[in-house]
Amino acid sequence: MAVRTIEEQNLVLNMGPQHPSTHGVLRLVLELDGETVVSCKPVIGYLHTGFEKMFEQKTYWQGVTYSDRMDYLAPLSNNLGYSLAVEKLLDVEIPPRATVGRVILAELTRIASHLVWLGTQAMDMGAMSVFLYCFRERERILDIFEMCSGQRMMCSYIRPGGLAYDLPHGFEEAVQAVLDIMPERIDEYEALLTKNGIWRDRTIGIGVLRLEDAIRLCVTGPNLRASGGSLDVRRDRPYCGYEEYDFDVIVGERGDIYERYLVRVREMRESVKIIQQALKRLPDGPYVTSDRKVAFPPRSELATSMEALIHHFKLATEGFRVPAGEVYSVIESPRGELGMYLVADGSSKAYRLHVRAPSFASLQALPVIAKGALVADLVAMIGSLDPVLGEVDR
Amino acid sequence: MTDQTAVAEQPSAPEKDPVLARVEERFGERLLEAQVTFDQPTFVVKREDLIALATFLRDDPELQFIRLSDICGIDYLNLGKTPRFGVIYHLHSFKLNRWARIRVQVDEDDAVVPTLTGEWPGANWFEREVYDLFGIEFNGHPDMTRILTPDEWEVHPLRKDFQPPKEPHEWSFNPEQWQKAVQRGS
Repeated sequence: MAVRTIEEQNLVLNMGPQHPSTHGVLRLVLELDGETVVSCKPVIGYLHTGFEKMFEQKTYWQGVTYSDRMDYLAPLSNNLGYSLAVEKLLDVEIPPRATVGRVILAELTRIASHLVWLGTQAMDMGAMSVFLYCFRERERILDIFEMCSGQRMMCSYIRPGGLAYDLPHGFEEAVQAVLDIMPERIDEYEALLTKNGIWRDRTIGIGVLRLEDAIRLCVTGPNLRASGGSLDVRRDRPYCGYEEYDFDVIVGERGDIYERYLVRVREMRESVKIIQQALKRLPDGPYVTSDRKVAFPPRSELATSMEALIHHFKLATEGFRVPAGEVYSVIESPRGELGMYLVADGSSKAYRLHVRAPSFASLQALPVIAKGALVADLVAMIGSLDPVLGEVDR
Repeated sequence: MTDQTAVAEQPSAPEKDPVLARVEERFGERLLEAQVTFDQPTFVVKREDLIALATFLRDDPELQFIRLSDICGIDYLNLGKTPRFGVIYHLHSFKLNRWARIRVQVDEDDAVVPTLTGEWPGANWFEREVYDLFGIEFNGHPDMTRILTPDEWEVHPLRKDFQPPKEPHEWSFNPEQWQKAVQRGS
């Protein structure tokens, strides 16, 4: 008797780019066998804005505003990475007040960014309330950014040469107020999740990224550290005087989603430690370099000094010139190694600026960890890698 | 008198960078250029030597540049350099805590470079980005397609002579192409 066979076929499913849990406009082409992911192909580029081309058209100063818009959850980290790259070629001295202020702001950014990550990660997995707690604290940090720059997200506050304006009155008190509440608020998030049975069931052993794979796939930041790779640019190649601060680099072992969660939560505690130390040593003094070829002269000088007027005019019309050269400047953004490869030709515009975006590289790990997983876990995996599509697509 | 002789005995040139010395010892003439700027050793090689140099930097026990940090392209058209293009690789060593840079010269007429995806699978997207934005192809790459701009585009926007199109581009959806993308995997 002939046996009738039913032809089996895998289902191809399109996920995104408009999907609430793909963190922006990430599109995944999934091949499913029932509920199991056979293969997963990320398709990116929906938010491609041509920032790297824009950097070549705009002066170095105008370029700062583009750096904000790449990783829009950590604008000040991007400002910092960009400014440091330009300053390396300029060879200007940054006053201590600006340097310490940068550390405070960069670490606040890290906390704010990890808060968004934690809130959205939990929400993707069905724990709505965590999101509300996280955004409550994030608002307070954005308030500080608004105090400094007038902007909550696109701050453009850290600029080549120093800061855009002086740190405002009441800045230290506002930061201190956040620091005072932060440790117990982090305890609150942990009380909601760390020992939560559902959270643990859905994250432990899920989305495991082995260390060898992580290194071969160019993954950096908390994702690499959760897999056991001890790399933190703040410690290994200090900038802004990070070597003077006492903090631990949090390194996990298992490389699953739970470990990535623990690493980020503990990093928030370390950031609080760093800011506390930085606040103590925040000196008075100028907030921007005294090099008149790079930074505007004070307003008071314009009425009396011919030279100040010339500098002001040249800066406003042409911008400052950066000596020819090339440099690859690296900082530790909340998402990992943020590299800026800058080639200058001696004019006031960058000849080429390439941004090595950490989440661009991290997202490559998704097909590897998603293989053989369930669709429901895939959503958790996307979130756990913490991609920001503005930065992935640039 | 004694002070002066003490000064004269000191080596006049500062000690050579260990990474530079090690690579020069091995590659010698094959390095078109080798220098250290901002503590980052830079090596310029021809494309034939790229994989040999990258794997040497990775596998040498004294160097151990085991992590590929970044790949990007550059168009030297306005600087008047020849050959016109370059592909730049940044490698990172946990052991030395340093980044090394390799630059491969690429001719305009023959813009093909061997892929590093065999050595570092993570090179995949970086190389696709260079292909997309500069039109430099990577020989042996598993999926040499555009990554940021639409598949049907024919221009390479980061080239210096790129003219922006006058008309806005309409995004299209082609189910056949989509199926192909699925079969290709990533």
